[in-house]
Parts: sequence; structure tokens; C-alpha cells
Amino acid sequence: MRISGAQMVIEALIAENVDTVFGYPGGAIMNVYDEIYKQNSFKHILTRHEQAAVHAAEGYAKASGKVGVAMITSGPGFTNAVTGLADAYMDSIPLVVISGQVPMSLIGTDAFQEIDAVGISRSCTKHNYLVTDASDLGRVLKEAFYIAASGRPGPVHVDIPKDVTAQLAEFDYTKPVELETYKPTTKGNLRQIKKAVEAIAAAKRPLFYLGGGIINANAAELVREFVHATQIPAVETFMARGTLRFDDPLLISMLGMHGSYAANMAMSETDLIIGLGARFDDRVTGKLSEFAKNAQVIHVDIDPASISKLVNAHYPIVGDVKNVLEEMVPLAKESVKPERYASWRETIANFDRLHPLSYNEEGDRIKPQWVIERLGQLLGDRANISTDVGQHQMWSAQFYPFTRPRQWVSSGGLGTMGFGFPAAMGVKRADPERISINVTGDGSILMNIQELMTAVEYKLPVINVILNNNYLGMVRQWQTLFYDKRHSETDLSVQPDFVKLVEAFGGVGYRVETKEAFDAALKDAVEKNVVAIIDVVVNRLENVLPMVPAGGSLFNMMLLEKKEKK
Amino acid sequence: MENERRVVSVIVVNEASVLSRITDLFSARGYNIESLTVAPIPDSKYSRLTIVTSGSVRVIEQIVKQLHKLIPVLKVYDHVDFVEKEMAMVKFPISEPINDIDTLCRAYNGKIVNLGDDVLIAMVVDEPKRVDQFLKAIKRFHPKEIVRGGTVALER
Ligand SMILES: Cc1cc2nc3c(=O)[nH]c(=O)nc-3n(C[C@H](O)[C@H](O)[C@H](O)COP(=O)(O)OP(=O)(O)OC[C@H]3O[C@@H](n4cnc5c(N)ncnc54)[C@H](O)[C@@H]3O)c2cc1C
Ligand SMILES: Cc1ncc(C[n+]2csc(CCOP(=O)(O)OP(=O)(O)O)c2C)c(N)n1
Ligand SMILES: [Mg+2]
Repeated sequence: MRISGAQMVIEALIAENVDTVFGYPGGAIMNVYDEIYKQNSFKHILTRHEQAAVHAAEGYAKASGKVGVAMITSGPGFTNAVTGLADAYMDSIPLVVISGQVPMSLIGTDAFQEIDAVGISRSCTKHNYLVTDASDLGRVLKEAFYIAASGRPGPVHVDIPKDVTAQLAEFDYTKPVELETYKPTTKGNLRQIKKAVEAIAAAKRPLFYLGGGIINANAAELVREFVHATQIPAVETFMARGTLRFDDPLLISMLGMHGSYAANMAMSETDLIIGLGARFDDRVTGKLSEFAKNAQVIHVDIDPASISKLVNAHYPIVGDVKNVLEEMVPLAKESVKPERYASWRETIANFDRLHPLSYNEEGDRIKPQWVIERLGQLLGDRANISTDVGQHQMWSAQFYPFTRPRQWVSSGGLGTMGFGFPAAMGVKRADPERISINVTGDGSILMNIQELMTAVEYKLPVINVILNNNYLGMVRQWQTLFYDKRHSETDLSVQPDFVKLVEAFGGVGYRVETKEAFDAALKDAVEKNVVAIIDVVVNRLENVLPMVPAGGSLFNMMLLEKKEKK
Repeated sequence: MENERRVVSVIVVNEASVLSRITDLFSARGYNIESLTVAPIPDSKYSRLTIVTSGSVRVIEQIVKQLHKLIPVLKVYDHVDFVEKEMAMVKFPISEPINDIDTLCRAYNGKIVNLGDDVLIAMVVDEPKRVDQFLKAIKRFHPKEIVRGGTVALER
């Protein structure tokens, strides 16, 4: 079949079963947009900023498990999208991002809206391509989807000069991908798996350390089976929230800088870490030389470079965690004796009784943590939760009662303010039956506020819940604790009227100062099923606790001083 | 941890921007490159790079893994038992004692390769450490220009 490069893009997207493209047009990508106009197979959602297009594609990918697709033009269109690429790279989110480029004949001449896009994206993508001939385009797009979704997932960027999208060439998308140099290991080594199971059976204080790789591998069911069969307690990373149900007696909580006391103490005391798809991030380990000093380490990861990068693995297993667990769980069921860990479980229960994850109520004032708990009580499993970045994000991770994988969508590795709202639009698009909540801050929400227009236009009724503390709260917290209360440039007392703002875009807004008003606003927003902002006035100076100061040891936490309830 | 000198060979698909993928990786992750050579492998679509680097055992392990992770990389050899050679060329004023220079070159697997009106050019091929010695030894002949080729290596 001889078709234009632009038509090839459409044909490839159709062949990949893409139902949604988030994007923003411009000169260099216009040939492709012309073909988008002519087709009916997928929906294009015009975000109001290229960064938002990529974040929306990320939200879509995280909620659906499919590859997210974004499309942008050259120059400023591309540079606007870079934050999204970097975010997806850090959190291993499968994306294909297609950008227009100036025509081949103009490349290198400082042409209008020319930028070395592949030069810029190289360090924040899993792979990238500059397509110089339309006869390569089909192969490249097919490889892009394959690379994005396989192995350790990540964003792939395809840059296409304008003349290449106009060029006619032969197109055949049926040829299988042949990449001699890229063959991710997905099956774990059986000998290593057996050794790991022996180590578990021999351990006294083993601990599951569950990471985001489990969500990606769709392995949460198997993990639940593993945990229940062995009765070994588990901690989750921030990225793994939802792997176990919040009310699972074996789930301790999140660990790390803002992890629970019990989770961090369990990690400090364990003699065997069973790491599944987690990468020992510095927010998790604290000071490395003091981290889990008594522990042997089993590390299952699809990326060999994650293993023994920061913490030495005694039982390294390279493979897809789902494949590995399919071998490992039956073996463990035979040899692991749950009674063996009874006193260890009791030790952990005592940690939890000593310092449970909690906060102090202050009369009728709304505490930010209460908002999250209340969201959980009112919506629970019915909602997917996206967040922005800051204190509200940590409280969401700590206090929302997660019940399933892919319920939680948040920027962990890059920590990108402005991620939440467009991501929540992508989540809504992928999972329209569920309520899509974006828990956000008064700082973060303004970083992609223009997306109110997109959400209204495409009827993506995201409910933005602002925990409004009139501060860049997370930075303010560090200033309070480590900079002698010098709150440099973090005061956000000057604010828009969020109710009027959302109304101007055609959504509904609520300003909430009491608990009753919060319940009423949430109920109304859910019933109306429209784009909403619930602006919740919360305690200004609340801190996220526990906290392991950056670079400190995991077991040295600043803890909440619990006041008796009145 | 002790820093170790390592020689790593990388077989890559010979395609646009593959070299920048590799050098970007080294700079982005703060790894050293002491020398880097690259040339196509005859009758194949691959090129071979030889990189001399240094780092702790953990860093070297990461370098190898991160190189592997790049899509166009076919193979990475972290050399243990290997032969390595480097060539160097040096330009001397013609007024310097030609015979002395020639003798010295021969001791390092080299010779004088060009004689002009004003300058002569000599070359040597030897282990990098020996090339260092050679370059020290020729200082007294007032070299005008020195170029080193970078290390190439083959596992035994
Ligand atoms: C303000 C702020 C505070 C934070 N505080 C904390 C905190 O207190 N605690 C915390 O945990 N995090 C915290 N984070 C998040 C943190 O930065 C990291 O994003 C997070 O810890 C990484 O989680 P992870 O180890 O599960 O890895 P991910 O980033 O989810 O990586 C997944 C790992 O699994 C592997 N993998 C992927 N797919 C598969 C597969 N199919 N099979 C096997 N392996 C696979 C990947 O190779 C990778 O190694 C914070 C972030 C912010 C912004
Ligand atoms: C794009 C970007 N810029 C700066 C930061 C640094 N930063 C991290 S949290 C934070 C404050 C966020 O404030 P807000 O959205 O109001 O959330 P809060 O912490 O108050 O809940 C800042 C500025 C960031 N993470 N991302
Ligand atoms: Mg705030």
C-alpha cells in the first residue's frame, strides 16, 4: 500500500487499537492533523497546553494499562511536552509521543520553530527516533509501541519532519518487530527463584517490599495470593499503592520519607526483603548505609539496571514480576510455614499500636488529612485518585483507602506540579464509569489550570479537590523545619476566586469551610457529573508526618505528637 | 570504594545519533570517559566502540547495565583478560636528531612515517601505559604536536 507519511501515522494508530490521542496542532504536524480530520477511528482530545497532553496520556496509560499517545508540533510544542516525557520516564509509563519537525531540507538551518527535539528527549525517553524517510515510518511506529510497552515501560518519542509526513511510500504494518538488540528478559531464572523461596522459608522476619512494577505487570492478584499464603507482612512504595487492599491485615502501610512508623521500623528490622518491582528510591531508603542493615535482599525486577544499583541483592531475579510469581507462589505455598512469622507479625502490630498513622483533630476546623479520609469514606472504590505534588499528595498516599491497582495515579519520580488535573482527565477517559478525583494544592492547580477548558469541552468531569493552605505547603514545611521558619516565597495568600474561575470555564465551584459543606459539595459535584473545583480551606500550618529528614536514617522519624481527642 | 580503570567494548547498531546516546549516558550519569574509539565492524550493520573508563565496582556494573539498556546496543564486554593497544603520532621539528627519535620509536613498536621540509612525523602503537612513557621520553625532542588514537581492545 502506497500512502503518505501522515496517513501512515493514522493507520499505525488504528492498528495499535488507539482510541484516544491527546494533542495540540501546529505547522510542522499539520499534515497529520489533516488526516486526523478525515478519520473516525479514534478520538483526538485537544488539551490547552502540550504539557497537559502528555500528562493526560500518562493518566490514560496508568488507568488503562495501555500505551498513551500524545501528538504535538515542533519547536515550542515539543519543548512544552518535555516535562511530560521526563515524568513518564521517571515513573516508567508507556507512551508514544509523536512530534512534527521542520522539513528535512531545513533541519540544521535554525529554521522557524526548529529545535533539536531528539537531542533534547534523548535523556528523558526510553528511546527516540528522527524519521528521515517515510518508508521507515511504519516500522518505526511499530517499534515505538513495542518498546514503550515491553520490558520496563517508558515513553518513546518519534520526531517526523513535515516533508516526511507528505512523502508517499510503501506501508506494511503486518511485519513483526525485529529488534536484534532489544530483547528484555521476562522469564525469571528458575534456580534463582527456588533459592529465593528457600531463603523465605528460612527467614525469621521477612518483609514484602512492593513496588510500582507490580502495577505495571498486572500482578497485584498474584501478590495478594503470595502475601496471604505466606502470612508475611508487606510494605508498599508510593507507586505501589492499591496492590493490597487498605484493610488487608498484612499491609503495614507505605514506607519511606513519609511512610508510617511501623512500615519504616519493619524495614529497619527485617532479615529478608522480598522486593518486587521496586527500585530502592532515595525517598524510600533514607541514608543508604543505615538502610535495612540486617537484611538479605531478594530483588525481582525486569530491569537488570535496577538490581544492585543502590542496595546489593543477594537473590537477584531479572524478569517480569508476574511471570516470576507464577513460578514462585506455588513453590512458596509448599515450603513456607506462616506460623513461623507469628511473633514478627506481633512485633509489627506493636509498632503500629505505638505510632499509628494519624493526625490531631482541631475542633470543627478541617484538617487536610480528614478530607482524604472523608473522600475515602464517601467514594472508596468508586473513585480513581490522581494528585498533584506536595503535602496533599502525601496525605492522599497515606490516608486514602485504596482497594485496587490502577486506582492511584500520581507523579512519584519527577514530582511534577501540574500533573494531577490533566492526568485525571486521562484517567476519566480510560475509566469513564468511575469518579475521577484530582486531589491538588492551591499552588499546583494553577500549573495546568487551562485544562478546565479541555475537561469542560470533552465532558471529562474531573472533580478537583484543592486542599487550600495558602502555601506551597511542602516547601513551607521544609522551611519551618530546616530553615528556621524563614518562609521564603511560599506564601500563597494572594489567590484567585476558584469558584468564579471554574464557573468562567463552564464548570461548578464550591468554597468549603466546614465538614458539612464538604460533604454537601462532594455529593453535589458527583451528582451533577460536571467539571468541578472544591476549594477546601484547611489548616495552614499542618505538617506531613511521620517524616524522615532527607538523608537521615529510615528509623529516625519525626513523629506526630498525639493530642487526646476532645 | 576503590576506583578501577576498566576497558569496555560496546557493539552498537551503526545508525544516526547512536554515539550521542552513549556519550550522553556517560555525562548524564556522571561516569568518566578516559578514551573512546569507534569504527564500523566490516561487513555488518554494527560498529564497535572501545571505552576506557573508571569507577568503583558498583559504578562499573551500572555502566555495563545502563549501556545494555540502550536500544541499539547489541553487546557489552567488560574486559577482564584482554590485549589493548593505542596508537600515537608526534610531530617534531626537522632539526631534532632523527636517528635518536627513530630508535626510541622502534622501542615502542613505531617508526618515522613522514619526513617533510620542516617537520617529521613519528608513530607508535603500544599499550596505553607504554604510550604514556613514550610521550614522556620524547619531551626532550621538543614535539610540536601530539595526537593519541584512544584504546582498542580484544578479549584473549
Ligand atoms: C514529595 C514526594 C515525596 C515522596 N515520598 C515518598 C515516600 O515517603 N515513600 C515512597 O515510597 N515514595 C515516595 N515518593 C515517590 C518516590 O519518589 C518514588 O517515585 C517511588 O518511591 C518509587 O517507587 P517504586 O520503587 O515502586 O518504583 P517505580 O518508579 O514504580 O519503578 C518500578 C520498578 O519496577 C520495575 N518494573 C517495571 N515493570 C516491571 C515488571 N513488569 N516486572 C518487574 N519489574 C518491573 C522497574 O524496572 C522499576 O525498577 C515521593 C515522591 C514525592 C514527589
Ligand atoms: C513544577 C514544580 N515546581 C516546583 C516544585 C517544588 N515543589 C514541591 S511541592 C511544592 C508545593 C506545592 O504546593 P501546593 O500545590 O499548594 O501543595 P501543598 O504542599 O500546599 O499541599 C513545590 C513548590 C515541584 N515539585 N514541581
Ligand atoms: Mg498549598
